Amino acid sequence: MNLIKYRYLYFAISLLVIIPGILALIIWKLPLGIDFTGGSLLEVKFASGNPPTIAQVESVYNGISSPAFKIANPLVQPLGTDSLSIRSEAMDDATKAKVVAALQQQYSEGKDVTILNFTQVSAAVGQEVTRGAAIAVGLASLAILIYIWFAFRKVKNAYRFGVAAVIATVHDALVVLGIGAILGHFLGWQVDSLFLTALLTVIGFSVHDTIVVFDRIRENSNIYRRVEFEKVVNHSVVQTLDRSINTQLTVMITLLALALFGGQSIRHFVIILLVGVFSGTFSSIFNASPILVVWENKEWRNWFRRKPETV
Amino acid sequence: MTRRPYVTLVIILLLMGLALWVDLSKQISIFNPINNTPIVNRNVDLQLGLDLRGGLQVLLEADLPTNSTVSSADLATTQKILQNRVNGLGVSEVLMQSAPPNRIVAEFPGLQDPQQVVAALQETGLLEFVDFGDAPPGVGTEIQTDFGTAGAGPNGIVTPSPTGTATATSVPTNTAVSTPTSAATPEATSAATPAPTATAVPTTSTIYHTVMTGSALASVNVQTGQAAGTASGFVIAFTLKSDWSSVFADYTGANVGKILGIVLDKKVISTPSINSKIDKGQGIIEGNFTQDSANELAINLRYGSLPIPVKVVESQSVGATLGAESVQRSLIAGIIGLLAVILFMVIYYRLPGFVADLALIIYALISLMLFKLIPVVLSLPGIAGFILSIGMAVDANILIFERLKEELRAGRTLRQAIDLGWARAWLSIRDANISTLITCLILFIFGNTFGASIVKGFSVTLAIGVLVSLFTAIIVTRTFLHIVLDNVKFTEHPRWFGITEESR
Repeated sequence: MNLIKYRYLYFAISLLVIIPGILALIIWKLPLGIDFTGGSLLEVKFASGNPPTIAQVESVYNGISSPAFKIANPLVQPLGTDSLSIRSEAMDDATKAKVVAALQQQYSEGKDVTILNFTQVSAAVGQEVTRGAAIAVGLASLAILIYIWFAFRKVKNAYRFGVAAVIATVHDALVVLGIGAILGHFLGWQVDSLFLTALLTVIGFSVHDTIVVFDRIRENSNIYRRVEFEKVVNHSVVQTLDRSINTQLTVMITLLALALFGGQSIRHFVIILLVGVFSGTFSSIFNASPILVVWENKEWRNWFRRKPETV
Repeated sequence: MTRRPYVTLVIILLLMGLALWVDLSKQISIFNPINNTPIVNRNVDLQLGLDLRGGLQVLLEADLPTNSTVSSADLATTQKILQNRVNGLGVSEVLMQSAPPNRIVAEFPGLQDPQQVVAALQETGLLEFVDFGDAPPGVGTEIQTDFGTAGAGPNGIVTPSPTGTATATSVPTNTAVSTPTSAATPEATSAATPAPTATAVPTTSTIYHTVMTGSALASVNVQTGQAAGTASGFVIAFTLKSDWSSVFADYTGANVGKILGIVLDKKVISTPSINSKIDKGQGIIEGNFTQDSANELAINLRYGSLPIPVKVVESQSVGATLGAESVQRSLIAGIIGLLAVILFMVIYYRLPGFVADLALIIYALISLMLFKLIPVVLSLPGIAGFILSIGMAVDANILIFERLKEELRAGRTLRQAIDLGWARAWLSIRDANISTLITCLILFIFGNTFGASIVKGFSVTLAIGVLVSLFTAIIVTRTFLHIVLDNVKFTEHPRWFGITEESR
């Protein structure tokens, strides 16, 4: 089985996901939740099982909005069948009480309207969290690059393994961010601290996966010293294929169980993780290892030269 | 390591027994058989986070000008004092963490009334000026005062009565009517705080009379002795609110030479004596103060106990219903996921898969024990992190078995195959898990720094899961395989290992 031969096809598949993702990031931006932008999140449950429509909630908010708390035009999302999640600019407890009283009065149908969750986040907190997360991601990438460089120090060009692993990781981060922007635009999903956790987990998983494949390359390079690097890499990828797929299957089984049967509040988190874990396995097999081959052959010298065929 | 697999097996079984004991108990106690004193007596109930139990999360920030810095010692002291203060609310498992440089995150699982918590957090400590007469208790002593007790006036202060009968006879009727709102909180605080600290702090049974409280102070500042026209060193100058100056003038006039103790949250912090009548509502506290100790006392007088004033910047209340629903569902989801993985392992890897499943169960038991012992406050992302770590635990086993298969196909004996397969798989297991641990560490630091408890909880459970999975993969799976091979002849049952005759 020659998997590495089709490396440019895999790169194309990756770009096919990443480029729309980046475009979505540029055009629509990430739909930052109140964790990042600051504001109020109100989650209410209607015991009648019949929550008001989005337009009705908007009219309640628009009516109560004041110069001090401009809560007009909130983002309303259904939670299950009987609850609503309402995001708005920041409001205080008195304003919240007014909103809940109005909802109770107009749309309760005589049953209780209960507050499931009320969150206040100031924008300053959000900015710091964002900056901290960016620094954390940068530091994690750097630390992992250095660790791989160290762990593979007995292999020729050990730093390439570190760089390739980080590129694969950046690939997965971009896939997750891009999918986040696309889902945010079409389904109204918000980027919250759970999304951040998912992103950071995917980065960890991706490196985990890549290292197992690289470890095989490390081992095989010592055994088959005279064999062409490309063949060594291909052999290693094929050898670890069973393991890669099985590991991914077990992780995806547990995540799928969580997505299907788990609580509503972590569903987006789990789905983002599923996307990321899939991308993580894909990138370690089809991106990280082929990058090593491209680098070894210095293939970029041929990229813009007219030639009949790839080797 | 596994030269004597049966010895290791006994250790594993003992560990499993210990894990089962801890996992199934809410409280563990070990008594010294000689004198029957408890050696270990710990609450090991599983601690559920806010999102699972419902409750309140409050983010506090130092209320200082933006360019001033907060020392970590001050922040730690503030946290400790706040912790004591909220203990009075009767909320168990309050989680309070300082988030440097200037924040404190407080979590109150199971709490319904946010106003009550926020009020308790923001209220300054109870500062009392207490009549100690001639024999003051030592600094640091915990005392009882009559502030806010039955017979107190609307401001909580008891007006001394010559006969004392008023207090004695009016208890049943008066407590209900006359206890003013301002006295309710101090009472609650004094009732609840002694319990955890009682052993460390000397206490007295005398009930002292409170002359006035910190609320009578209008302003407090530190002056040099020269500026105040008294002695060298530093003094603390204070001004009283106008309605208190006559009360204080009367009291000091009648008690010159006696001790007027300064008591904070029922603990003596200073015992100055009254030198003269203070009649204009202005006075100074003298002592052998350095600038630092004068500042410290002044801060105590100004803010109650807090070295730095704090304000609430974020409060988040989570409905318990949402949590309960999610917990139930996620728990079932986790069990379904685990069962699916167990089935997959047996079907795909046969006998080794079954062995790995046993190891997986031991892994889950040990992890749960650690969560309870450390203790880790489990949140929804925390459980997600745990389930993800199950995936990584399985991965370690898969890596070993794939290698085992390869070695068996290469014609090695089973014993050789286990040792070789394990040794070769170890390198990838090590590197992959160390990189995950690095990510966990950075996540943990990130979560800690920004008070993002969600991220922190996730990284902690994932890290514990990775560490335990390393243990089960290295020790448990391998020992079990060795024991199995002592009793099963591979050559007679290659299919049990997922090897068909053709593929050999």
